[in-house]
Amino acid sequence: MQLTLIEKESRNDRLRQFDPRLRLITALLFAMTVVSLHLIPLLLLTLLLALGMAWWIGLSGSLLLKRLLVMEGFMIVLLVMLPFSVPGESLFTLGPFNASIEGVQRALQIVLRANAIVILLMALIGTLEPVVLGHALGQLRLPDKLIHLFLFTVRYIGVLFDEYRRLRLAMRARAFVAGSNRHTWRTFGWLVGMLLVRSLERSERILAAMKCRGFNGRLYLVKQNIWSRYDTLALLLSLSLSGTLLLLEQTL
Amino acid sequence: MNEALITLQDINFGYPNHPVLSGVSFHLHPGERVALLGENGAGKTTLLQLMVGLHNPTRGRIHAFGRERRSEQDFREVRAKAGLLFQDADDQLFCPTVLEDVIFGPRNLGKPESEAKAIAEQVLSSLGLSRYADRITHKLSGGEKRMISLATVLAMQPQALLMDEPTNGLDEKAEQRLLEHLESLPQAMVFVSHDRKLVERLATRAVMIQDGTLIEGLMHSHPHVHTHSHLHIHAAGIDAGHDHDGSIPEHQHAHGEG
Repeated sequence: MQLTLIEKESRNDRLRQFDPRLRLITALLFAMTVVSLHLIPLLLLTLLLALGMAWWIGLSGSLLLKRLLVMEGFMIVLLVMLPFSVPGESLFTLGPFNASIEGVQRALQIVLRANAIVILLMALIGTLEPVVLGHALGQLRLPDKLIHLFLFTVRYIGVLFDEYRRLRLAMRARAFVAGSNRHTWRTFGWLVGMLLVRSLERSERILAAMKCRGFNGRLYLVKQNIWSRYDTLALLLSLSLSGTLLLLEQTL
Repeated sequence: MNEALITLQDINFGYPNHPVLSGVSFHLHPGERVALLGENGAGKTTLLQLMVGLHNPTRGRIHAFGRERRSEQDFREVRAKAGLLFQDADDQLFCPTVLEDVIFGPRNLGKPESEAKAIAEQVLSSLGLSRYADRITHKLSGGEKRMISLATVLAMQPQALLMDEPTNGLDEKAEQRLLEHLESLPQAMVFVSHDRKLVERLATRAVMIQDGTLIEGLMHSHPHVHTHSHLHIHAAGIDAGHDHDGSIPEHQHAHGEG
């Protein structure tokens, strides 16, 4: 199962020389900057920057589009509703409903912001090996419990997915075809139930294995990431970029 | 004879309306390699887990490494001295990277990071696994996972090894490698296996669970001379070092009966 957004052979090497913590901090910084921008031209610029970043890193366009579509589907209701629900100068009317210029502007802002942030997150963090991401988060002193949850999820999501695939294959081997009938829903219910039961049993076995090795509430991560001069340099660069954007927002 | 490492005395274990083991007594002495046999569902895994206190017996006493063990606290020490190798390596390896998995045990025993790391590196290299240290555990193959599991257990420097079907699911080459390592280890062992080759090569003694009780197995082998054919598969057209002219090669060996 593929968890990262990038193939091994692609141009990911361009970021490999940097500390993963830099990528996390930069992504956070950029996201906060974008959220506080309101001017459409500036938001367009950030969207272009994010796209440029994604291209530079070598993110595949089709994969990016697929992930974005999932989010767009989520936002479409909001975009259709906003022009009609925000009061302001009328742009056009649709029967009894009145679309306002302010509403359209608001909708545009949200689309640009969300896309810029998601594209950059995918480029900077989605391309990280999840285990490396876990280590970086740990080094940034996030709560241990969260890190453990994350790392356990990464470790076992594939194992559970394999179990799901095996069950699904066994269903197909006995000529099960999903339809919209009672039989299908009941069968899927059993499938989900079986997965839950198996996961529970597995978690008990894992806990037993942890006890056997003297688990006392801590995982020990071996530190791997080293912050270098280039990381500081890159951080300064992104700081000045977001500073410029915020300054432009103030002055324009 | 030396004092036993682990002694089970008249152990009963079961669930309401479903007894699993009754009146089980067992000793493990230093240097012994005991094969634990029995049918599917006979309670072999349960017996191994009882030895390290993962289940509580309904009756009987467990004596391990010099004193009687009753509470969870008692068994913590036992688990460090008797390493349990689980049947499914996916249950055993839960840390992000191989190195972190191997140092997990030593760190829990209170060793500082540098010492734990040194132990881990030494164990990995003794098993020929040094190059795996930085690999991510869920991306390993089945055979690799099993070897790393063994490394995680050995890193705790146990005096005894309890293994649940160690060669299950391994191909011939991986099994051969594991077997060679196991043969070279000094620890006393109890192992569950249906693998006749493993039992034949490793075991010094065998016990069987039958109808919930443990009985001593008689291990013997008798030499006999006969001709038989082995299934032999190799790619066509490759020189496999023998002819296919129908003559019977000389072949005499002893067959062990579990």
